[in-house]
This record gives sequence, C-alpha cells and structure tokens, in this order.
Amino acid sequence: MLNVTDRMIVLPGDLIGGKSNDYVIVGSVYWEGDKAYAATVAMINIKGDVKPMEVQVIPLNGAYKPRQGDIVIGYVIDILVNGWEVDIKSPYSAYLPINEATLKPIDVVTADLRNILNVSDIVLAKISDFNLAKDYPVTLTIKESRLGRIEDGTVIEIDPVKVPRVIGKKGSMVNMFKDELNCDVTVGQNGRIWVRCRDKRDELFVSQTIKFIERESHQSGLMDKVKAIIQSYKSTSGLP
Amino acid sequence: MVKQSPIPLLTDGKRVDGRLPEEHRPVTMQVGVLPNANGSALVAYGNTVVLAAVYGPREPIPRYITVPDKAVVRVRYHMAPFSTDDRKNPAPTRREIEISKVVKQALEAVVFLEQYPKSTIDVFLEVLQADGSTRVTSITAASLALADAGIPMRDLVVGVSVGKINDTVIVDLNKLEDNYGDGDLPIAIAYRNNWVLLMQLDGVWKPSEVKRGLELAFKAAENIYRNMREALKGRYMAVVQQ
Repeated sequence: MLNVTDRMIVLPGDLIGGKSNDYVIVGSVYWEGDKAYAATVAMINIKGDVKPMEVQVIPLNGAYKPRQGDIVIGYVIDILVNGWEVDIKSPYSAYLPINEATLKPIDVVTADLRNILNVSDIVLAKISDFNLAKDYPVTLTIKESRLGRIEDGTVIEIDPVKVPRVIGKKGSMVNMFKDELNCDVTVGQNGRIWVRCRDKRDELFVSQTIKFIERESHQSGLMDKVKAIIQSYKSTSGLP
Repeated sequence: MVKQSPIPLLTDGKRVDGRLPEEHRPVTMQVGVLPNANGSALVAYGNTVVLAAVYGPREPIPRYITVPDKAVVRVRYHMAPFSTDDRKNPAPTRREIEISKVVKQALEAVVFLEQYPKSTIDVFLEVLQADGSTRVTSITAASLALADAGIPMRDLVVGVSVGKINDTVIVDLNKLEDNYGDGDLPIAIAYRNNWVLLMQLDGVWKPSEVKRGLELAFKAAENIYRNMREALKGRYMAVVQQ
C-alpha cells in the first residue's frame, strides 16, 4: 500500500510503501524488511500511468557521489609528481595523471607540469575510474575532444542534486539557452556549470537564471517560467 | 553539595517560570540559516539557543582519521563565551568533550555511515544562549542540520530533558531547575522507531520516577518532532500553494 502521493515532500524515516506489483520504489530510500522508508528530505515523483508505476524518491539536497563516466568541472588545487590534484566538490578527491592530460608523449623528467595545467585552472573532465582503495579515489581524464582547460566564460556552482533539473528532459532546458540566447551551457554532474555566451553580458543573466532553476527546482511548470524570464530579458535588452 | 535555590522551584504546582510540571518551553526552529555550511539549523527551547552546522561528507584533514568502510562523524559541542551569565572560558571543558562524545554516539546510530566510506561528517554545535537542557537542544539542532545537508539517515532525532524537583517529575529543565533541582535526565529519541539514542541520569531516582520521566519525555517529543517536520518542509512549502 503506497503511503505517498505525487509531489509530496518526505522526511527521513517516513514510510514510502512496501513491495508490490503495482509500483516499484527507487531513489533515496532504505528497506526494513519489506517496507521502504525515506533516507533524506526528498520529493516524490510518481511516473507512469501503466502498472508497475515508478515511485521516485528524489533527494532535495546532498553531496556529489562520483560515478565512472560522469562529466565534471574541477579546479586544479595541487601539482604533484605525475599529475594534478583536482577539487570536484565531492567527499572524494580526484587525480588527473599526466598521461590522461595530453595526447603528446610527455617526458616526466624534463616536463614542467605547470605549462599544461596550473593551480586554480578549471578543467572539464571525465571520471575514468572511481576506486575507494586508492589514495585519490577519483581518476580523471581530459583526453577526449571537448574536454580540457576552460579558458573563457563563467563557471557557477549549484547543488549536485539539482543537476537533472537544470539539464531538463533530454536536455530541453539547456537547449533553450542555446536556441534563445546563443549560449553554451555545459553542466558538470558535480554541480558546476560552465556558461559561455556569444555576448559576455548574457552570461550574468544565464547564471542568475540557473540559480533561479536551482531554487525552484521542486516546482512544476519550471520550463514555462524560465522561457518567460528569457523572453522578458530579450525584449528589455533589445536582442532579436 | 546542592545549594539552596535562590527562589522556590515549585510553588502550588507551578514552576519558576509559571509552567506546569509536564509543560515544555516554547520551541522555535529554523533550517538552512548558514549558507556556507552543507546543512544548518537554529533551535531554541525557551531561552536556550543552539546553532548547528554540518559540513560533509567531505575529505577530512588530517587524512588518517578516515575508516575504509564508513564515514567518520566528528562532533564539536561548544558553549560560546557569551552564552552564560558569567563569561565562559572558550577552552573546551571536560563537560563539553563529554557532550560531544555522547551526541556523536547518538547520531552515529541513525546516520547511514556506510554510504560515504573514507569521508568525514563534521557537526558543529554552538550554544549561543544557555538556559538549561543545552545538550538535548543541540541534538535536535544536529538532526535538523544533518537532514538539511541531505545526509542519509534512518530517522529524525528529538532531544528532550526531564528532571525532578523533590518528588515531582518535570519536563524541559531550565537553568535554575538543572542547577538546583534533584535530578536531571536528558534523553534523545529516534522518533519513528522510539529508539533511545542518548540517556544520562544525574541525581537519585526511584524506578517509578524514571518510568514517569520517560513517559513524559516521549509525550513531549511529539510536539518537538512536529516542529522539526514543519521546519524541514518549510523550505519547500510553496509547492503546497499550487
């Protein structure tokens, strides 16, 4: 028997439901026997009209848990012998080895790592491995085509849990910025977002709009509200 | 040696602040008060005010305190120098170290530590104004701050204190009642499961008095738990207005 309704807020310890043929419970829950309880402050999203429905328990807050294959935006914080230490806003520190940073062969003895990446540089990277046994649990790579050092634009930070909302269904939210304002918005799974606009003044507006999406992420009708905000910005600043 | 209270603690069944024995002080709570912290809460039981801040899960400094299979919880309970009538020396006292330890043990029972191995969860509890029952107020604040930080937990934890004046069992001690009363029994409860996560006792109690104290504590916890739920949901309450 399902104990929750769509768009309801649940708190740690709240009963969600049990094992049933009608629905399957996923997300931020823990099981005690055959009953599921919420593990964090979360919102319920019930998907599907056909049984079994999916009852998603979506946390409203939380740290970034690294996953292999995720695209993240990191800040270089230290230069070590064979690579760089990178902060990816996670409980776990990340390491970018030299051989994952460049396609050219590098002579470790003579090369000065600072020529490739220096402390406080920002990189768009991919997580190639996540292994808790290592000193640096997360291993990064920037060898793919669109990865590498970020040299222009603006980087803002949001709660990693809100990332799916900023991306939108099949990238719809992010594409809106591209279509309406000619702005590239690259969303790191760790909650850092890189905004690069044709016109630099738009970057501030896009940053503020993304912060708005983060605050209102639990509301419905967000796409329409954002569309309206963009339209009103475009009309007041005289953009086509 | 217990000194005499400057004013009688119980007169005609009413306590020094006019409360009845089972009456708890008014409780106020706010969540998310420190934007820099991952989670935070400000809780007041009457005039006792505690600010809780949670940082984590995060990489600890020093690194060697990590444990390979679960997160480490660090708690710092501290009374601000201005929290008491006479300035409290900021250096940690044995009492503060003890309270930090028992609060840590209470929280470890509900937090899912295995989900963040090799990391630390730092909980800072700062008593801004002390008028009795600071440790239970701190536990309530810590629980709210952990929930605000999105750290997975089994349950919300409610802190309540009960005590004794002669033979009368009372709920929610203020400073006078704590200092001059005949017993102090702070309790922390994981509300849904009714687990007791912290229980300490000071004074001489009969078993029947302890039983009565626990009954009153669980009853008072209902209202505090309701307040906690409102405080946590309140950040997202605009959804209801649709």
